[in-house]
Amino acid sequence: MNKNRKASPWKSLQVGLLTLLAMVIFAYGFQITEVNLEELRSETRQESLIRVTRALARPDIFEYDQVEDVLNYPIYVPCPADGRTPELPEHGESDPYLVITPACAAPGETVQVEGYNFAGNTTGPVRFVPGSDPANIVTLGRENATTDSDGHFILTLPLPNRPSEDVQYIRATLRRNVGAPHLTQTAIDTWDKIIETVFMALLATVLGTILAIPLSFIAARNLMKPVKSSLTSISLSVLGWPVGIALGFIIVRWVGDVSASVGSNVLVNLASIIIAPVLVWLGARWALPQEELTPTSLPVRLARLGMLFLVILLGFYAFFQLANLTMTAGETLQVSLGSFSFLGYFLFQVGDIVAITTPVLGALAAGGALGSFMGRIGQIGSEKLSLPGLKTLNLVLAPIAGATIFGLLGQLVEWLYQIGDPVYVLWGPTLTGAVIGLLLAVFTKAKDALPIGMVIYSITRTFLNSLRSVEALVMAIVFVIAVGIGPFAGVLALGLHTIVSLAKLYSEQVESILPGPLEAVEATGANRLQTIIYAVIPQIIPPYISYTMYRWDINVRMSTIIGFVGGGGIGFLLQQNINLLNYRGASAQMLAIAVVVATMDYISSVLREKTI
Amino acid sequence: MLQIKNLTKIYDGGVKALDNVSFEVPDGQFLAIIGLSGSGKSTLLRCINRLIEPTSGQIFWNGQDITAASQDEMRRIRRKIGMVFQHFNLVHRSKVITNVLAGRLGYVNPAWSLANRFPKEDIEKAIAQLQRVGIADKAYHRADELSGGQQQRVGIARALMQDPEMILADEPVASLDPVLAHSIMTYLEDINSKDGVTVLCSLHFLDLVHRYADRVVALNEGKLVFEGLPKDIDDKKFKEIYGREAERVG
Repeated sequence: MNKNRKASPWKSLQVGLLTLLAMVIFAYGFQITEVNLEELRSETRQESLIRVTRALARPDIFEYDQVEDVLNYPIYVPCPADGRTPELPEHGESDPYLVITPACAAPGETVQVEGYNFAGNTTGPVRFVPGSDPANIVTLGRENATTDSDGHFILTLPLPNRPSEDVQYIRATLRRNVGAPHLTQTAIDTWDKIIETVFMALLATVLGTILAIPLSFIAARNLMKPVKSSLTSISLSVLGWPVGIALGFIIVRWVGDVSASVGSNVLVNLASIIIAPVLVWLGARWALPQEELTPTSLPVRLARLGMLFLVILLGFYAFFQLANLTMTAGETLQVSLGSFSFLGYFLFQVGDIVAITTPVLGALAAGGALGSFMGRIGQIGSEKLSLPGLKTLNLVLAPIAGATIFGLLGQLVEWLYQIGDPVYVLWGPTLTGAVIGLLLAVFTKAKDALPIGMVIYSITRTFLNSLRSVEALVMAIVFVIAVGIGPFAGVLALGLHTIVSLAKLYSEQVESILPGPLEAVEATGANRLQTIIYAVIPQIIPPYISYTMYRWDINVRMSTIIGFVGGGGIGFLLQQNINLLNYRGASAQMLAIAVVVATMDYISSVLREKTI
Repeated sequence: MLQIKNLTKIYDGGVKALDNVSFEVPDGQFLAIIGLSGSGKSTLLRCINRLIEPTSGQIFWNGQDITAASQDEMRRIRRKIGMVFQHFNLVHRSKVITNVLAGRLGYVNPAWSLANRFPKEDIEKAIAQLQRVGIADKAYHRADELSGGQQQRVGIARALMQDPEMILADEPVASLDPVLAHSIMTYLEDINSKDGVTVLCSLHFLDLVHRYADRVVALNEGKLVFEGLPKDIDDKKFKEIYGREAERVG
């Protein structure tokens, strides 16, 4: 009790000190962020602010065609010594004319300018034209005239300090609107660019969603945690992947060559893409029986495997032929379709995309196939082999697998940093990997299932998190270099960012599904793939749709500024206008962005309600 | 014949859910498993189809050691063991028929599952199973539109799709009212007596045990405390199974 009372002043001192510290930190923040209202009080600042705000309030969207009445009236500045008076131009009875009083004055004095017979309610500048040429485009002053309904105006004009013996001029330019209002060039450009923006967002979202879905499964803890394999299986799988990728790439490239040598005749293409899928279907039906009630013998299995291989080759051949056909069709349509030529362009580009991605897909598929095949062999081996035999096998395989992984990583480092010393980028990593593999093989029990799923999960998560922290704007800078300035770079940057952030959001949804149905489907004997298709996917469809919409929203907003770094879209126009101090133009673009974002917001909320 | 030998399961946290449990179930028997919540009934059932990996012990089914089966063998074993759950465990957003067809996944080639294709015979069979449990008219409704009793019948149809030789029922009626409970138990009894399917069913209510089970095993804190006929559970046995303070109701 006594102790507490003693501690009390110390406590309040503590609170006081903390408050003081907080104030000091806050004060430092003021200095760092340069809080200064002095600037706001300065007159020039206020004037600019008012000017810009007013410009922003009047977006450059509509304009009228204008006609001008331009009058140049002579004046002497200063009054000539000989008392000459300027020769006033002739004018008809109803023509506009000016009266300048006095007809001459010293520099710095003011004259009164009166206009008659102009069109009613028009405005325009009244300026001093220095030099003796009435057509001189340089004018001085900032006076503006506004006529009353009778077409009369009166104003006082200060004369600038431009003394001359020759006659000089005062020019009144009164402009009036004619006809109906129409869209300005800025408005038309803004429309073009906002369309580009919306489609950038659309393509990026679609691309991102497609690739994010498979990634989200391997980034979900609840799906990956039960994935365990023996060391033998993992090692063989690791060896299978790169070999499969290399083989797949070579084989699919070869199929591509075969397809090319068959020719780009439209009829051949057409026949190929009709016949090949039929054969693929028939082959697949034979190679993959729908239900296997009894285990099949080894020769039948091998025959089926061979058939499957042929079917896949045929499938890739069909892909190449399809690419060829769409490219031909696209080219033809582009010429013949007129204003719908974009359909032809689309077909051509899709064909090109298929042609480019097919070998990559083939390589990945082959890598996956060989990897999982080898993994299965390893799994069977680790179940059937005797313990000492398995241990020996692991002692051989694990170092080789480790060496492969680290060797490939070393090559990646070499490619990135061009170290050039094989000790650091080839032998060093290979040896390290081999040692790690060896240690694993020595210290784990041969039949133990290692949590490979969690390893893959952690790597995927780290990869996603680190890529996600790079803003799409920064990615765009890289893609601008890869594919040039324009909307495509923006699509790729937004797409990549969409992949990584959606994969994260999606995987969190996978982690929060009900475990019950998963358990039930697993209990029927379904394998992992079937469990995902029948128990996971139905559960995650609503959140996936809602996140995709949300991401589309974000992409529309992002694509409005991705143009700042050359990524296409409306941002390019906006930045240009801001830099040119054309605030009315910038205002039009900001308005367009606001309208589009609000509309997207509304549409996505309606769609979300409908689908969930 | 299902033989369970010295089965022990210790969870990661050190909880001993099953402690050296051994018993046998002859083919075609309706075996009830009773015990308090947390006594290890669910763990026992899930060890039999290895949804949960036992820590030690063996399970033999028709001479094959389930605990030593490889992944491929496990797929073949699981597809012959149907499972029915307390919370039905249907995929809510899928149609009833899809939920029933899921019972066939152990037979269907995974490559065709990728395209969501089932053989035509399976679809006919699914309708037939739904007819058997009396809800064929709901086949194309979403599973979550059904009432609890109907959902459990879908769960039974799903298990039947597997052409099971054994059904593991994990408190199949614990979340249903007494009338529905009897209706569901009648289906299980029917499957047991007509199709000769072995049924292992964990239950809470002793009157259900008396009414439906051929034999009873009782668990308490992971240990097998009783094995015998339902009528042999007298007050003394009851106190042993459920603890000193327990009172018999119903």
